[in-house]
Amino acid sequence: MTEPVNQAETDVAATALTVNGNKMSVADVAPHTTTLQWLRGNGITGPKEGCAEGECGACAVMVSRPDGEGGTRWTSVNSCLVPAAMLAGQEIYTAEGLASADALHPVQQEMAMRGGSQCGYCTPGFVSSMAAEYYREDRVNCECGSGGCFSAPTTSDIISTARAVPSGNKLPWPLVLNDDAQRLEPWLPPRTERDAAAGADVVPATRYESTSPHEPEIGPNGFDLHALSGNLCRCTGYRPIRDAAFALGEVDPDDPIAQRRNQPAPASRPLRIETSGNTFVRPADLEETLSLLAGAPEAVLVAGSTDWGVELTIKHRRTPLTIAIDQLPELRQFHVAGDHIEIGAALTLSEVERLLGGSVPVLAQALPLFASRLIRNAATIGGNLGTGSPIGDMAPALLALDADLVLSSPRGDRTVALADYFTGYRTSIRAADELIRAVRIPTPVAPMGQFYKVAKRKFDDISSVAVAIAATVTDGTVQHIRIGVGGAAAMTLRALDTEAAVIGKPWTAETFEAAAEVMQTVGTPMSDHRASAEYRSATLAQSIRRFYSEAAS
Amino acid sequence: MNPFSSRPLAEIPDGGTTGVVMPHEAAWEHVTGQALYTDDLPYRSANVLHAWPLQVFAAHAHIDSIDTSKAEAMPGVVRVLTALDVPGLNDYGDIGDEILFPNEVLYHGQPVAWVLAESLEEARLATDAIAIAYTELPSIITAQEAIAAGQFQGPRATLQRGDADAALANAPHRISGGIDIQGQEHFYLETQASFATVDESGQVFIQSSTQAPSHTQEVAARVLGISSSQVTVQCLRMGGGFGGKETNANAFASVAAMGAVLTGRPVSLRLNRTQDLTMTGKRGGFHATWEAGLDDDGHILSYKAVLTADGGFSVDLSPAVVSRALCHVDNAYYLPNVHVIGQIARTNKTSNTAFRGFGAPSGMIVTEDLLGQAATKLGLGEEEIRRRNFYAPGQSTPYEQVVSQAERMVDIWDKLKKSSDYDARLLDVAAFNTAHQHVKRGLAITPVKFGVSFNKPFLNQAGALVLVYRDGSVLINHGGTEMGQGLHTKMLQVAATALGLPLRRVRLAPTRTDKVPNTSATSASTGSDLNGGAVKNACELILDRLAPVAAGMLGVHANDVRITRGVVNGLGTEKCTTWEELIETAYFQRVSLSATGYYRTEGLYFDSSTYKGNAFKYYARGAAVAEVEVDGYTGAYTTRQVDLLHDVGSSLSPLIDLGQVEGAFIQGVGWLTQEDLRWDTSDGPNRGKLLTQAASTYKLPSFSELPQVFNVDLYVHGETTDDGGSVYGSKAVGEPPLMLSIAVREALRAAAAAFGEPGHQVELPSPATPEAVYWALDKARRMVSDPALAAD
Repeated sequence: MTEPVNQAETDVAATALTVNGNKMSVADVAPHTTTLQWLRGNGITGPKEGCAEGECGACAVMVSRPDGEGGTRWTSVNSCLVPAAMLAGQEIYTAEGLASADALHPVQQEMAMRGGSQCGYCTPGFVSSMAAEYYREDRVNCECGSGGCFSAPTTSDIISTARAVPSGNKLPWPLVLNDDAQRLEPWLPPRTERDAAAGADVVPATRYESTSPHEPEIGPNGFDLHALSGNLCRCTGYRPIRDAAFALGEVDPDDPIAQRRNQPAPASRPLRIETSGNTFVRPADLEETLSLLAGAPEAVLVAGSTDWGVELTIKHRRTPLTIAIDQLPELRQFHVAGDHIEIGAALTLSEVERLLGGSVPVLAQALPLFASRLIRNAATIGGNLGTGSPIGDMAPALLALDADLVLSSPRGDRTVALADYFTGYRTSIRAADELIRAVRIPTPVAPMGQFYKVAKRKFDDISSVAVAIAATVTDGTVQHIRIGVGGAAAMTLRALDTEAAVIGKPWTAETFEAAAEVMQTVGTPMSDHRASAEYRSATLAQSIRRFYSEAAS
Repeated sequence: MNPFSSRPLAEIPDGGTTGVVMPHEAAWEHVTGQALYTDDLPYRSANVLHAWPLQVFAAHAHIDSIDTSKAEAMPGVVRVLTALDVPGLNDYGDIGDEILFPNEVLYHGQPVAWVLAESLEEARLATDAIAIAYTELPSIITAQEAIAAGQFQGPRATLQRGDADAALANAPHRISGGIDIQGQEHFYLETQASFATVDESGQVFIQSSTQAPSHTQEVAARVLGISSSQVTVQCLRMGGGFGGKETNANAFASVAAMGAVLTGRPVSLRLNRTQDLTMTGKRGGFHATWEAGLDDDGHILSYKAVLTADGGFSVDLSPAVVSRALCHVDNAYYLPNVHVIGQIARTNKTSNTAFRGFGAPSGMIVTEDLLGQAATKLGLGEEEIRRRNFYAPGQSTPYEQVVSQAERMVDIWDKLKKSSDYDARLLDVAAFNTAHQHVKRGLAITPVKFGVSFNKPFLNQAGALVLVYRDGSVLINHGGTEMGQGLHTKMLQVAATALGLPLRRVRLAPTRTDKVPNTSATSASTGSDLNGGAVKNACELILDRLAPVAAGMLGVHANDVRITRGVVNGLGTEKCTTWEELIETAYFQRVSLSATGYYRTEGLYFDSSTYKGNAFKYYARGAAVAEVEVDGYTGAYTTRQVDLLHDVGSSLSPLIDLGQVEGAFIQGVGWLTQEDLRWDTSDGPNRGKLLTQAASTYKLPSFSELPQVFNVDLYVHGETTDDGGSVYGSKAVGEPPLMLSIAVREALRAAAAAFGEPGHQVELPSPATPEAVYWALDKARRMVSDPALAAD
C-alpha cells in the first residue's frame, strides 16, 4: 500500500460531504451505498428513487465540478448511481437546499407557479437539473429577439441531431404564490363563464396557446432543454416544465450558489474507507491505482458510476475493493497534438462535448444523442468503452474515426486500435492489470461524418442500432470510408464489407444502393424487446442510403 | 331550515373561488422537496423493519416446499412471513382468486413469502437463503393462447341493440378487421409503498400509497382477521396513481400490516422499480375482432365485435374494465344495430387492473380503426366519415341512455377545425408529401365522448368531514386521495366557495379512513364530482346552523344571510359582521361547528344482465387534431402540432384542468406509440417473464415527445354555469383527455399511407413504435412497385 492512502485514513476533511451547506461525513459509508440511499438515510428525502438506474432523474442532485477554467460548474447527476463515498470532499445541493426559509428559488418559483408539479415526486429532481442549467455560466439570452430564429425541424434533423420542441409559451394569467397562512394568495381573475362575451368561441383566460416559437430546444433565455432530457415526468406532459425553464431570468449575482462558481471546485483527497470487509479507495495518482489493481485484479474501477451504479442497485453486485479513478489527473488530460486529439478516459461526456465543440462532426452528432445530460455529466468516455457494451454509442462513432486507445499498466503504456480492442460480448484485449488512460482520434478527421441512431425514443434511449460513418470523397470518388456499427452483433464492429463496397467507387446512388444491400447483412442482429432482427438489418441498410441522400443534397 | 344546503349543485355563490387559477395546493412542498410520500416516513421513525419479497420466477408452478429456517438465522432477520403466518384470510382480492401467500404460482415473479429484517440489504440477502422447491406447470401467456384454450374468467358480457346480423347482411358495404391493442404500465414515479405500525391497543395504522383507502382498510382487516374499526388507513399523497393504486396497493399494505402486528414493530414495504413492474397489474391488452356494415354515405348500419381483455391471473377489476369498454365502443357515434361481446382471458401474467380510461380507450380504438378503414374503402375523408356518424340530439347509446348535449360534439369539432386551421393544413400536408420522398406528414382529427360515473352505481357516493374551529379556521377532510391530479386543490376551492371564505382560511388534512368511512376509490374521474359534492354539502350543513345565529346578529331572516370572502352580510341591512365573530357567537350559543357531508349521484341505474340503463350522469367531450412527420428511413416520427379542445364544464381550477388535459394526452400518446410491454412468449426457461421490466427498456414519453406546437383550449359554451355536469358546473377531467391521443395514431397511419398510392388502407399495430410505423410505410411503399402486395 502506498503512502498517500495511509495518510488519508486520518484525514477527516477527506470524508466530509457538504450537503446544502452543511458538512456531513461519509466516513462510515459502505462502498456500495449510493448517494441517494445515504441522503435519504440522513433524512434528506427530497431526492426520490424512481428507477434506481439513472433513467428517470427523480434522484438528481447538483454537484460542484471543476469548470475547466479554475472555477466551479454546478452539475446535475443521478444520485442513485454514484456511491456516496465517491462524493467525499464534494459539495452538493438538493431541492431542499435551494429555497430560503421564506422564498422559493427562481427555479422552484417558476415550476410551482406554472403547474410544473402535479404529483410532485419527480419535481425535486427536475428542480436540480433545471437549477444546474440555470447556473450554467455560458447560458446567454438569444440575440435574435423573439421568434426570429425559429424554424420547425424536419424529422431528419431530429434523427441526426435530436432537436425538437420550440419555446415561448406564455401563461395568459398572472399567478401569485406566497400567502401568510398557506402561501397561496388567491388571485381572482374574472370568472371565465361570467365574463365570456355571449357566443364567444374561446375565452382568453382558458386559451392556452403556443406562441412566438423560438429555437426548438433553446429557450429565449438560453436554457437548453437537453439539460432535462434525463428527467421523466408521468403527470404533466412536460409543457409547463418547459415553460418554467424558458421563463427563468438571469442569475442574481448576490446568490451565494452563483457566487460559488467563482471559486475552484473542491478537490477530492486520497481516501480509504473500510466497512464490514469492503474497501473503497480513492488513490492519489495513476501509479498508485495501477499498483492497487495489480494486487487485486478483481477490483472494480469506478469513474462516472453510471454502469457500476446499475450493477449495485439492480443486480445487487457487491465487491471487496472499489477504486475511484474519476479524478486521476493522468486520466483527465485533453490535448490536441499534430496528428491526433487525445481525450483523457476520465473526462465526462459532457466535458468532451464542451472541449471538442463541433470540431469532430461524428462526435458532435453522437454526443447529444448519448443517453441524457444527467448521464453524460457523470459517464466518462473511457468508462463507456471499458464496459464493452455491444451498443454503446461511443464505440461506433470512435470506430468510424479510426480511434486508438492508450492502455496503462505497471509495464507502461501501449496504444491499440479500437477496431482491434473488442473481442466479443463485453470482452476485450485489455489485461486484468490494465486500464484505459486515453482515447486518441487521428487528425485531420474525415470531412464527411454522420451519426445515425435508431431508438424508440429520441431523448435518452438505448440504440436499437447505431451507425457512424466518416468519409472522404475526392473528384467524385470515395477515397476513404469508415462505418462503425452498434447493435448488430455481440460487440460493436466496423462494417468492413460495406466499406469495401464503397471505397474507390464513384460517389453515386448506385454505389450506395449496392452498399446498402451489403449493409443489410452486416453482423448477426438479434430480436429483442427493442427491435426485431429484421428491423435492425433494414435500418442498417437504410443508414447507407440516407448517408448518400443527405450528403448529396 | 336549510337556506344553504338547498342551493343547487351547479350554483356558484358570489365571490366563489372555484374557477380561480391557482397552482397545486402543495406546489411549494413539491418544489422544495418537503412534500412527504409514504416511503419518506420510515426515515422519520425508529426501529423500522424492511420487507423484501421472495419472488418465484416461473409463469405457473406448484410450490412443493418452502424452508425458511436458514433465512431466519441470517443477520438482521426478524421474521419470515409465509402462508402459515396469516392471522385471517389469505387473500387480498374480493372473490377469493388472489392469494397473498400462494402455494400455486400464477405469474412469473409472483411473491410467495416476505422477509422482515433490520435493513433492506439484510432482508434481500435472507430471501436468497430461503429454500424453495416447485414444479412448473403449463402456462398461458397471451390472450390469443387463452382464447384458443378457452381459458376465460369473470362474466361474459353482451351489448346488444337492434339486429346487427340482419343489418350487416343488408348493408351496401361490409368490412371487417382485427387488432391487438397492447396494455400499458402505469409507471407512477413513486412505486407501491406501505408503512404499518400498531399501537398499544392493537389498532393498526397503515400509511399507504393507495387510491382506495377504504378498500385497503377492508382487505387488510380481512387478512388480519380483525374488524375494519381496528384498522386505519391514511394516504398522505401519491407520487402518481393513474389507476395503478386502485387495487394494487392492497396486497402490499396487508403484508406490511401483518408484519407490524406479528413483530410489534413498524414495517416499511416499498417495491423497487423491478419488483413493481413484475408484481403489479397494468392496463390489460385487448384482442378485438370486428365486422361492420355501412351505407354509401359512410353511416355505420351494423357493428359487431368481440373484445377479449387480457385479465392476467385473476379477475380484479377486469369485468368493470370490459363493461366500460363495451359502453365506449360507440365513442361519439350513433350505432343503430350493435352486437358486442366482452370477455376476459385468464393468462399467467400479473392481474391487469384500472388504468386511466379503464377500458374505454381500447373500445374506442376499435371503432376509430374501423372508421379509418371504412373511409378509405368508401373514398370519404376521415374527418367527414367521423362527423357524419356523430350522435344527433335525442339519439341514444347502445345501452339506451339518451346522449345529453349531443350537439356539443359538433360544436367542439367545428371550433377545433377552425382554430387548428384543419382544412388548409390538410392541403399543406398533401403538398408537402408530394414534394418529399423520404419524409411524409399526416394530419388527423378524432373525437372523444366519455361517460362520467362509476359503471357500478353503488360506488357513486362520497363523504366529507368539515371542522370549524373557534378561531374561525376550517379543516376539511374528504374521501378522495391526492395523486397529483389536483383533487385537494379543487376541494379547497369548493370548500372556500361553499363557506364564502378566502382560500387561506381553509386547510385540508390527508385522507384517512377514520375521518371519512366507506369511501369509493378515487378513480373513474369522479374524484372532484363526488367528493366536491360531499364537501359542499358538509359546508352548507354548517352554514344552515350558522344562518340563524347570523340572522340574530344582523337582524335579518336566516334565508337572507350571505357570506362572501369572510364577511357576513344580510339582505337589506347595512350591518355586517366577520366570519370569526359569527363563529365565536355560534360557539357560545352552543351550535355544532362540524358536519359530515354526503353526496350521491342521482339518477343512475344499470342492469348488467341486459346491459341497459342510465350508466352515466353526463358525458365529457373533446377533440384533437394532430400532425406528425414520419421518416421513411427508420419509421421515426415527430409530432409537429397538436390542437386540443376539451370540455371541462365550468372549470373548478383551470390550471389544474389544463394540466390534466395535457398530461392525459401525452400519457395516451405514450400508450399508443412507444410504451411497449413485452413478455417472453417462447417455450424457453424464461417463459412468462416481463422483458421490459425497467425504465431502460420500457420508455415513457420524455421531453422529446412534447409536440412542437401544442395548443390546448378548455371548451367554453358561454351559457349558464349549470352545465349538466357536477359540483359548481364542473366536469370530470382525469381520464377523458387520454383518448384525445388517438389523433396521433390516426395521423401516423395517414403519414405511413402517404408513402404508398392513395386508396390502400394501412394497418397499424398498437403501439405504433418507430419499427411498427416503418413496416407499415415500407409495405405501403412496396405496394407502389409490387401490385401483388396491394391485392393482399
